[in-house]
Amino acid sequence: MKPIFTKTAGLTERPFHYCPGCTHGIIHRLIAEVLEELNLIEKSIGIAPVGCAGFCETYFACDMIGAAHGRAVAVATGAKRGRPDRVVFTYQGDGDGASIGLAETISAAARGEKITSIFVNNAIYGMTGGQMAPTSLIGQKTATSPYGREAATMGFPLDLPKVLTQVKGAAYVASVSVDTPQAIQKAKKAIKKAFQVQLDGLGYSFVSILSTCPTNWGVNPVEALEWLQTKMKPYFALGELKIPATEGGGEA
Amino acid sequence: MALLMKGNEAIAEAAIQAGCRLFYGYPITPSTEIPEYMAKKMKDAGGTYLQAESEVAAIYMVYGAGAVGERVMTGTSSPGFSLMQEGISYLFAAEIPSVIVDVMRGGPGLGGLGPTQADYFQLTKGGGHGDYHAMVLAPATVQEMVDLTKLSFDLADAYRNPVILAVDGILGQMMEPVEFPSYEGQKLEPKAWAASGAEGRPKNNIVSYYLTNEVGEAENRRWGQKMARIKATEQRFAEYQMADAEYAFVAFGTSSRITETAVDMLREEGIKAGLYRPITLWPFPEAGLAARLNQIKGWISIELSAGQMVEDVKLVVNGKAPVGFYGRQGGMTPEPEDIVTAFKAQLLGGVQA
Repeated sequence: MKPIFTKTAGLTERPFHYCPGCTHGIIHRLIAEVLEELNLIEKSIGIAPVGCAGFCETYFACDMIGAAHGRAVAVATGAKRGRPDRVVFTYQGDGDGASIGLAETISAAARGEKITSIFVNNAIYGMTGGQMAPTSLIGQKTATSPYGREAATMGFPLDLPKVLTQVKGAAYVASVSVDTPQAIQKAKKAIKKAFQVQLDGLGYSFVSILSTCPTNWGVNPVEALEWLQTKMKPYFALGELKIPATEGGGEA
Repeated sequence: MALLMKGNEAIAEAAIQAGCRLFYGYPITPSTEIPEYMAKKMKDAGGTYLQAESEVAAIYMVYGAGAVGERVMTGTSSPGFSLMQEGISYLFAAEIPSVIVDVMRGGPGLGGLGPTQADYFQLTKGGGHGDYHAMVLAPATVQEMVDLTKLSFDLADAYRNPVILAVDGILGQMMEPVEFPSYEGQKLEPKAWAASGAEGRPKNNIVSYYLTNEVGEAENRRWGQKMARIKATEQRFAEYQMADAEYAFVAFGTSSRITETAVDMLREEGIKAGLYRPITLWPFPEAGLAARLNQIKGWISIELSAGQMVEDVKLVVNGKAPVGFYGRQGGMTPEPEDIVTAFKAQLLGGVQA
């Protein structure tokens, strides 16, 4: 019998540790499938963050380097400049990429570093137990915004991909989600495109993926998808926000 | 053929000759000649100079380049070195070979631009979080800056450990004749551990965490054994007029050069003084100092700080003789006469300082 679906060679045999209803697993699989389809597993170096995905070096089948919190893009820069023949990607959460590592993200984009960042936005700090993230929504209750995020004192959620569209060295910026099968298809396309942009040497590529955290949002997995769809999607810009100049793209 | 070179430039040239092809840095006085030299010369050497957005980013670029197996360096000055401490802790735990130059300037805070040795604690005692040490080399001449820079790359690779060159603002800025003897280097194993792309081999992971306390303790013990191995084999020091000395100064870098003159002045008065000069600040050269314990009636540490290395001297002397201290701070340096006066006051029964 001919198999019509198999586990991708881009992932190891290790079972994911993620909570039920969390979409990290889907995102991991999409990246791993892209690595396999582009024949990059042995040519890639992935950079793991600090956060819920901080153990992802055990899941991806390529070489992996664990960074300090927020420093994945700097580590990726060092690795890529050392081995320009390799494909280098970071896997980061919203705290890692948009808060403590914001300077690294924007600076790497400005330099047009030929690396790819996968940015997983679930509007909360999952690993530390549900504290406010730079992307937490106004009114969102978290362990450190127990009365809800109040704009006057805690500021506004940062739409990082939108910011990156303004940065010249960022060649490809996409904002996608993995809440439906159709969205998952789109997300995979964006991830593949981001890796292709790196292979073509066009500059920095960045894919933001809206993700769920039922455990720390305090809802069940189905409700989590609804929350993502009704609360997050209206706030964060979605789609291919910036395409390479070679395809007619430019600053937003 | 001897060249006349600034200390900072000599370090940069020596690094390129030692095979360093990646330099990540952020400009800060008085270390800027290092990135400037790299920016100019790396291109012809087939390497990369990259100006990072901060010292924090620079040290993690070093981490990334070291993790893929390349020889890499950064250079900075005290406030920037403080920012790198977290990264050095990670470099240690992930066992990534790396070379870091600290051209020390006055502190605390933004401080001043003058020379100091007041980073001694954060250089030698870990500085960042956790139990660890970087190896620390302290040259006293521009020639030694060349020789120790080359050595530092071999030591970093051999032990898979960060190595720091501790220089003060005077050494970084001063010009001296210098030679670049051809560099053989140590015979080292290929870096089979590097995360450089898993072509034709099982994948490599480079991480600095552990999930269980048992593994954490086992890892820390393994690192501790490495530290013990380095301590046993890599202590380096130089001696001046120590053979028949009855009193000994302890000083490194710029302060050791001023102290040499103080030794000469005391010798002219018939006082048998000598100088013990640590070249490795970590590991502190305990063995060489301990070997002189029965001979020396009194020790005095001369530093450009409020007295930091003197604590290590006291640990080795362990009460067997008096240990004095004299230092200048904030970018000031002592005159040899000041050192002689402090020595007499503290060790020859004069007025206590």
